[in-house]
Amino acid sequence: MRFPALLIAPLLVAMPLQAGAGEIWVTNEKDDTISVIDTVRLEVVRTIPTGERPRGITFNSDRSRVYICASDSDTVQVMDPATGKILHDLPSGEDPEQFVLAPDDRHLWIANEDDAVTTVVDVETRQVVAQVNVGIEPEGMAVSPDGKIVITTSETTNMAHWIDTETKKIFANTLVDARPRHAEFAKGGAELWVSSEIGGTITVFDVATQAEKAKIRFEITGIKADLVQPVGFEFTPDGKTAFVALGPANHVAVIDADTFKVRTYVLVGRRVWHLAFSPDHKQLFSTNGVSGDVTIIDIASLEPVKSIKVGRFPWGAAARP
Amino acid sequence: MAESFRDRKGLWLAAAIFCWASSATAEIAVPMIYMRQEIQPPPVLSNLDPIPKDRGIAGAEVALADTKTTGRFMGHDYSLALVSVEPGGDFLAAARKALTSSKILFLDAPPEGILAVADLAEAKGALLFNVSSGAKRLRHVDCRMNVFHTMAEDAMRTDALMQALKARRWVRTVLIVGPKPEDRTFADTLRTSAQKFGIDILVEKDWTFNTDLRRAAGREIPLFTQDFPDHDVLLIADEADDFGRYVQDNTWLPRPVAGSEGLRGEGWAPVLEQWAAVQLQNRFEKAAGREMGSRDYAAWAAVRTIGEAVTRTNSGDPVVLREFILSAKFALDGFKGRSLSYRDWDGQLRQPMAVVNARALVELAPLDGYLHQTNEMDTLGLDRPESACTAFEG
Repeated sequence: MRFPALLIAPLLVAMPLQAGAGEIWVTNEKDDTISVIDTVRLEVVRTIPTGERPRGITFNSDRSRVYICASDSDTVQVMDPATGKILHDLPSGEDPEQFVLAPDDRHLWIANEDDAVTTVVDVETRQVVAQVNVGIEPEGMAVSPDGKIVITTSETTNMAHWIDTETKKIFANTLVDARPRHAEFAKGGAELWVSSEIGGTITVFDVATQAEKAKIRFEITGIKADLVQPVGFEFTPDGKTAFVALGPANHVAVIDADTFKVRTYVLVGRRVWHLAFSPDHKQLFSTNGVSGDVTIIDIASLEPVKSIKVGRFPWGAAARP
Repeated sequence: MAESFRDRKGLWLAAAIFCWASSATAEIAVPMIYMRQEIQPPPVLSNLDPIPKDRGIAGAEVALADTKTTGRFMGHDYSLALVSVEPGGDFLAAARKALTSSKILFLDAPPEGILAVADLAEAKGALLFNVSSGAKRLRHVDCRMNVFHTMAEDAMRTDALMQALKARRWVRTVLIVGPKPEDRTFADTLRTSAQKFGIDILVEKDWTFNTDLRRAAGREIPLFTQDFPDHDVLLIADEADDFGRYVQDNTWLPRPVAGSEGLRGEGWAPVLEQWAAVQLQNRFEKAAGREMGSRDYAAWAAVRTIGEAVTRTNSGDPVVLREFILSAKFALDGFKGRSLSYRDWDGQLRQPMAVVNARALVELAPLDGYLHQTNEMDTLGLDRPESACTAFEG
C-alpha cells in the first residue's frame, strides 16, 4: 500500500468521517465467507459462512433478504441478513457469477458464466421462469430503472445483449471492447455504461437507440495502458459522478458523468474489483482482490482513508443501512 | 484426407444449443482450414503422457465454438475444415488445394513446411498462422509477410524462465543437453536467454545414456551429476520429452530442475487459472476431454484472432483483416491478464508467458521490473532491433 498507515491515524482524528451507521457486505471468493464491515467503526464486525466461491451479492429493496451467487455451489443463496442464516437456495443454473434483482423485487436475472445463458428466477415461487441464450461467459448484469430492459454482457463474445424483460428475448446486441465485465444504467435509464476489462474502456450507449454515445479511456502516469483494466463501477446518487475500479492498476477513477472526462485517480489496494457506497454515500468501499482488503475512500476529499483486512479474494460488495 | 469439423461430435453439440434471438444481417462467410503435417514422434523412454492425437486441433475447435457465438449475433458464418497429411505425404499439394477454398490457413507443421506453403504463389495475400513452431528463424531471417505466429517463439519460453530465475537470484546453473537436434537448438536458446538476463551456465554435459532409466535413474543420475560444480538450478534441454523426467529428484545435489523439465516457460499450461483462464480451461476440457497445452492455445489464439478481426472490421477480406491485426486497434483477450497483439516487425503474437511447474503457476512473465520502452512483453523473444525480419516493413 502506497499510503502509509502511520499517516492515517492522525488523519482520522483530525477529520472525523461523521458517517451514518451502516454495513458493507463483502463476498470473499476464496474463503467462502462474507465479511461485514461497520461503516462507522470501519472494521469487520461479522464473518458469515456461505456456499462455495461467493461472488455477486445484492439486497432486496427493504433489506430483509440478501442474495449471494455461490458460483461453485451452482446456486444462489438467500440469507436473512439479521441472523446470517441461509433460508434456502434458488435454482440458478450452472456457475452463477453476477445477477440483478428487478425493481419488482421478485425476478432475479442471473448470468451463468460457464453456460452462456442468462437465467431468470422468480424468488417467491423459487422457479426458473426463463433462460435466455447469450454470448460466451456472460457476466455483467444491469436492469433499467423502469424494469423493462435487462443487460447481460458476455466476456468472450464482447457484447452487451439487450433483453426485453416482458418477452424475455434479446432485441439488440451491441459490440463493446474486449472482456466486458460490468454494466449499469445511468441518467435515469437514458444511458447504459459497460466496462471492458481487457479493452481498457467504458462504452456509453444511448438507451433509446442503442447507439454508442461515448468511449471513456483511462491514463495513469507510470502505469502501462494494458494494466489499466476497468471492472466494477458505481454512480453517485445525483448521477453526476462515476467511480470506476481499474483492476491491476490499483486505482479507482473518478469520472464526470456529464462530460465523460476523468477527474482524478485514487490509489487503493491490489486488483480492485468492485465498489459499494456506504448508505449515506459519504464513503466508497473498494474490494481489492489480490491484497485481500477493502479500501475506504472519503467522497468529499477523494482520499483513501483506510484499508481493512477481509477474507481471501474479496469480490462483491453491497451496502446495508 | 479432408475431414470436416462438422463430423466432430463436440462441435455439433455446441452448435445445437444455440438458439438465437437476433436475426442475421448481411452474411459474411469466413472459411478457415487447419493444415497439419503429421510427423512420427521419436521414441521416448516413458509411456506416460502420450501426445494427444488432436493436439492443436482441439484448441482451434474451442475457439471456433466461441467465435461462432459472436458470429451468430453479427451475421458472420465461420467454418473450419481439417486437412491432415500423413507422414511423408504431399503437404504442399494439399496446401495448394486448400488455398483454392480458403485464404486463412492454420499451419501445424515443421518450419520447412510452413515456409514452403508461405512461398506458394497461391499463398500470396493469404493469412497463414504458424500454430506449431517456436523456431527463431521464422521470426528472423526466414520471416514471411503472410505468416503470423501464435505459437510462442522458443526464446519467449526461455526468456520467461530466466526472468523468473533471476528474480530468485538463482543465477548459477549447469546444463544437460540431449542428443537430438531439437535438444541442441533448445540448448542454444537457453544459452542466449541466460546471457540476456545475467544467468551463468557454469558447465554443460551431453546426455549419453542408452539404458532404460526407469530402472536405473536412482543409481545413474547421482553419478552423472556428481561432478557438476555447485549450482542453484540444473537446466535440461530435452525437447522430445525423453529423459528429463528421470533427472528430477535423482541429482547428486538437491537442486531444482528447469528448462524442458521442472520449471518451464510455456505459452499455456493446465495450471493457469487466474485472469478467467479457468473458464477457458473448463470449456476446453469439456470439449476435448483432456487438459489444454501450449499447442492448443496457439491454435485457439489464431482462430480467435480471425474472429476478433472479422468482428471489428465486419469484413472477411484477408487484406483488410491483416491490416487490422497489425494495427494498434487490435486487442485479443488471451486469458493471461493483458491484451494480446502482434509484433509488427515479425508477426509474432505478443503475449505474457507462464512460468510453471507441474502443480502451479510460478510466475507470469514479464516479471515486475523488466522494463521496456514500448511494451514489457517485448522483453520476451526477439525484439524489434534484434530481428532481421524486413518482410513486414512498408
